[in-house]
Amino acid sequence: MIASSWLLVAFPALGALILLAGGKRTDAWGHLLGCATVIASFVYGLVLFFSTSFDQASDTTLYSWIPVGALQVDFGLRIDALSVIFVLLITGVGALIHIYSIGYMSDDANRRRFFGYLNLFVASMLILVLGNSFVTLYLGWEGVGLASYLLIGWYQDRPTAATAAKKAFLMNRVGDVGLALAIFLMFKYIGSTGYAEVFAGIGDIPPAAITAIALLLLLGACGKSGQFPLQAWLPDAMEGPTPVSALIHAATMVTAGVYLIARAAPIYNLTEDGRLVVTIVGAFTLLLGSIIGCAYDDIKKVLAYSTVSQIGYMMLAVGLGPFGYALGIAHLLTHGFFKAGLFLGAGSVMHAMNDEVDMRKFGGLRSKMPITFATFGLGYLAIIGFPFLSGFFTKDAIIEAAFGQEGWRGWVFGGAALLAAGITGFYMTRLVLLTFFGKQRWREIKSSDGRDFHPHESPTVMTAPMIVLAVGSVGAGAWLILGDRLADFLAPAVGPLAESEHGVLPHAIVPWLTVLISALGVGLAWMLFGRKETAVERPQNVAWPVRAARKDLYGNALNETLVATPSLWATRFAVFLDNRGVDGAVNGLAAALGGGSGRMRRLQTGFVRSYALSMLGGTVLIVAALLMVRFS
Amino acid sequence: MNVFLAQQADRIELPAIDYAAILPMLIILGAACIGVLFEAFLPKHQRWPGQVVLTLLAIAAAGVALGAYVGGSPAEGTTTLSGTLSIDRPALFLWGTLLALALGAVLLIADRSIEPGGAFVAQAGIAPGTVQDRAQVGSTGMQTEVFPLALFALGGMMAFCSANDLLTMFIALEVLSLPLYLMCGLARRRRLLSQEAAVKYFLLGAFASAFFLYGLALLYGYAGSVKLADIANATAGTDRSDTLLFAGLGLLMVGLLFKGSVGPFHTWTPDVYQGAPTPVTAFMAACTKVAAFGGMLRVLTVAFESTSWEWRGVLWGVAIVSMLIGAVLGLTQTDVKRMIAYSSIAHAGFLLIGTMALTEDGLSGTLFYLLAYGFTTLAAFGVISLVRDSTGEATHLSAWAGLAKRSPLLAAVFTFLLLALAGIPLTSGFVGKFVVFSAALSDGMAPLVVIALVFSAVAAFFYLRVVVLMYFSEPAADGPTVSVPGAFTTAAITLGVAVTLLLGVLPAFALDWAGAGGFAIS
Amino acid sequence: MAQGGPDAGLGVYLPLVLIFVLALAFATLSVLLGPLLGPSRFNRAKFSAYECGIEPSPQPLVGAGRMPVAYYVTAMLFILFDIEMVFLFPYAVSADALGLWGVAAATLFIATFFIADAYVWRRGGLDWN
Repeated sequence: MIASSWLLVAFPALGALILLAGGKRTDAWGHLLGCATVIASFVYGLVLFFSTSFDQASDTTLYSWIPVGALQVDFGLRIDALSVIFVLLITGVGALIHIYSIGYMSDDANRRRFFGYLNLFVASMLILVLGNSFVTLYLGWEGVGLASYLLIGWYQDRPTAATAAKKAFLMNRVGDVGLALAIFLMFKYIGSTGYAEVFAGIGDIPPAAITAIALLLLLGACGKSGQFPLQAWLPDAMEGPTPVSALIHAATMVTAGVYLIARAAPIYNLTEDGRLVVTIVGAFTLLLGSIIGCAYDDIKKVLAYSTVSQIGYMMLAVGLGPFGYALGIAHLLTHGFFKAGLFLGAGSVMHAMNDEVDMRKFGGLRSKMPITFATFGLGYLAIIGFPFLSGFFTKDAIIEAAFGQEGWRGWVFGGAALLAAGITGFYMTRLVLLTFFGKQRWREIKSSDGRDFHPHESPTVMTAPMIVLAVGSVGAGAWLILGDRLADFLAPAVGPLAESEHGVLPHAIVPWLTVLISALGVGLAWMLFGRKETAVERPQNVAWPVRAARKDLYGNALNETLVATPSLWATRFAVFLDNRGVDGAVNGLAAALGGGSGRMRRLQTGFVRSYALSMLGGTVLIVAALLMVRFS
Repeated sequence: MNVFLAQQADRIELPAIDYAAILPMLIILGAACIGVLFEAFLPKHQRWPGQVVLTLLAIAAAGVALGAYVGGSPAEGTTTLSGTLSIDRPALFLWGTLLALALGAVLLIADRSIEPGGAFVAQAGIAPGTVQDRAQVGSTGMQTEVFPLALFALGGMMAFCSANDLLTMFIALEVLSLPLYLMCGLARRRRLLSQEAAVKYFLLGAFASAFFLYGLALLYGYAGSVKLADIANATAGTDRSDTLLFAGLGLLMVGLLFKGSVGPFHTWTPDVYQGAPTPVTAFMAACTKVAAFGGMLRVLTVAFESTSWEWRGVLWGVAIVSMLIGAVLGLTQTDVKRMIAYSSIAHAGFLLIGTMALTEDGLSGTLFYLLAYGFTTLAAFGVISLVRDSTGEATHLSAWAGLAKRSPLLAAVFTFLLLALAGIPLTSGFVGKFVVFSAALSDGMAPLVVIALVFSAVAAFFYLRVVVLMYFSEPAADGPTVSVPGAFTTAAITLGVAVTLLLGVLPAFALDWAGAGGFAIS
Repeated sequence: MAQGGPDAGLGVYLPLVLIFVLALAFATLSVLLGPLLGPSRFNRAKFSAYECGIEPSPQPLVGAGRMPVAYYVTAMLFILFDIEMVFLFPYAVSADALGLWGVAAATLFIATFFIADAYVWRRGGLDWN
């Protein structure tokens, strides 16, 4: 069973190959093949899950990928508790979203290609989680980045989509540099990049190197998971079709950063500082994401910032080390269910509303779309932590663990997580109220393409996956957390879950405190949006609480400013150059001389004499430098 | 050379010649001579088929001879022709690479279906802009001299890679350069640009050759010999003038860096890549780079290993400058051929990093990188030659907007090649970068690797730009058409793409070959 | 370098410096003396380059005023034959010592050389019109 686990990857990879290379010949049945391959992987994963004991990791080497001298990189898979959980999540949620896409993309002429990209994504993501070395992980890492890039830019006729795709790719590249450097450092100090060898040898290398590796891995994780300071691409990525947002930018790919840190647990266990930075990044991002989430009227952007915020929770959890690895993964799983469900619900609403995303134009949809409303409502209750639903167990467990830290850390991290729970209650309630309750504002207006709105319930092929995900949103949390089921299962892979005994707040109080704070957020939202009607246009002159929410746009501006800080200046610079140079040229304008590249370009005059001069200058410099090195 | 030794009265000891070892080179140069005779004696209409058959046969035969020799060749290599040529494992690998790349380039050169009569001018001697010149655009003849010229250049490159003394190296440098200068000026369309490129390349090339020669002279003054091994021995002694050594090394390196289009000696690259006929650009970009870095590897490893501490810092600077120029200037290019030219400058910087790591891993990594990069860039230029409008190739980037809608296959192939240039996994570019960077890292060049990673991230941006343009932009109203490639071009592009994919997925065999042995030191 | 080691001092370079100074002085003097002593009578020929009355670079009328290409071909052939001689003289001196191998090598060299000649001849490089 384990020996042929490469089949897990092979099914969707083959599907992608057939769909992308087969061309129009496969149009008729391409979407079915796309679903079938992912379902096949899911079934294989299930059988693997139930037929195998995961007490220890089993590595299988498929073939020797890059053997050169001392560097041996094998292409191998690692089946253990952590990877099999991810396999089930990816193929399970993936299969549901594939099925949903049959309906959602039914009008798209290129539906077959869409499924090809989705299969490519699933295959890459499986390589990412199944690889048994950091290089194999990097392979999957780049693969999902590519698939994500292609899918964000799916609507080719929208310039915003192209820009968003580019932004995502570039920000991810920044993270990738971190990951690549971490891998190179491992090779330098340990001489290998395989998990087994790295984790065995990590204890023998200088502590500074361990911290450096940990921080570089974190940079990679931040890029992929939309964590501060590399979060800005994720909301823009919502330009892609909604199933993509659900699968890639909510449930699976963006959680790869959390996976990376959980996978590298043996490294992080050795570096207190590294873990602290992870925690700080997580805590900061979860607050940032939730605050900005209040400011948008675009239903998908709100959900996107919600994702940023929820992944912040996961990062916070895995940053707590043995106290939190299992909790982070648990929240990742339940989040995979309810956030995918919320996105599919949002997609269903958009599908019914001529692809409109502005919530101010919705309202009162619950009677028109009962199934969507019900499933969305369950996802909503799960994310705000309604007692005994999924979010209640997994999110509260993280908040509890955060308060379980000693001293200032307990107060700061626990406080941030708690506060964000309240804000989550606020913005999610606002979203639900604006969309499903209140007056049917869409009756008086037309959509941007001039059509009337005729909301209707989506076809079964779309609602069925939503129902399945809703069930998961309700029950998964309890099933995973009660009795430490997930923690015990994951123990062989990430170590046993530790319980803190010196927390700043007693365990028993925290869940109810969280519920209280969330309820406050919900109540505030109801007071503002539930009791009175919402204008279709964004009101400009408004009362204090709404203005406070508006100021969160300022938070977004802050966010933009922070993006421009040193860690990213290079990317920004490149974007700047691109806008000046290429877009200008494409628009028929001459490439502007602005920007360093333009200035340097002037050196390329076309005159042989100046070329010769620059060669001479270079020669003089080289010879002078050689002589100086020698005689200094 | 040996006839000069005739001052001794008795019979002269003849140098031993290992004909089996140098047979591939002899075949190529011999076929080039026969090609010249074809030009002289075949009637006009028979020249093209004759030359194509001869050239392809010669490359195939050289490949067979190489394959036959490799099996039984000594692992530590051998020197022949009085030690002027060193036939060792790296040389054999480079020969194989050169032959394979040249095969692809010749296929591109031979294609006459995209442009009636081929990409080469019918009468190079006619002044551009005249009535006769306009008339010849429509004619279907071409200067078939380009085939023997390509073979001469190829022979020079092979000699360059295995030259074991600096004088042989210089001769080889000229043998490979002179035909290239000429070939640059033979474009059928945009004659002025093409001739300008040829003159620029010639002038700057002569300039660089002069530097090489000065360096050679200074090194001779230092070591009393032009043999690489003798120079290495001389550096071990202590009572000589280091000024001669380092000034000589610096000037010598300038000549080599120029050929490898490493910044700041890259200035010719964009202009020449743009102006030369695209098949010739493909030949230059792929093969010249292989030869130049092959020569650099040998010179640095065999002759200057013991002084590496002194020169490495300087080459660090050169590598950084090259990556900077390539990556940053590439961002604002609006011509796709110039963009690939800047990409090649950035790649030259990456290659230099591997070249500097004088370890086994550095050698094999760089050799692998050359192989990978050569095929990718060859196929990329093959694709570029297909996108055309009424005035010839449409190389301005604005013409490439929305190309994916018109020709999805071409856009997909080009995207794949660009991803390979950017170093995305499962392409040969990733494996190449990986092996080169890890070799550099284990040889203590961590900061340089960091810088290289940053620049490769920046460079990824302008590859991506083209992808965005092809997929996410509206096609221009009077945009170019994509020619249906003939069998030759199809074969060349397929070869490049297949190798790029193969080396990304299963690089083990090529890495094994690249790491089969070091340079012969004698 | 040959006689003294690094300790021999710079004395051995003295003749070199003297020659250098002499050459510099001669060149400077010649240039300075011309305008000082010569009569200053200007005419058209004097103003042309090299003062020889023939314009080395004709005016760039389109297609006109070009040097005949045969000139370059002849010059190239001259150089080639020159170089051939450079190699053949030493061979002739030691033809005995080189034996049959030498004959073969020289023949091959000349044959290679004639390939280029044949090309020039067949493609009309030797026709003067």
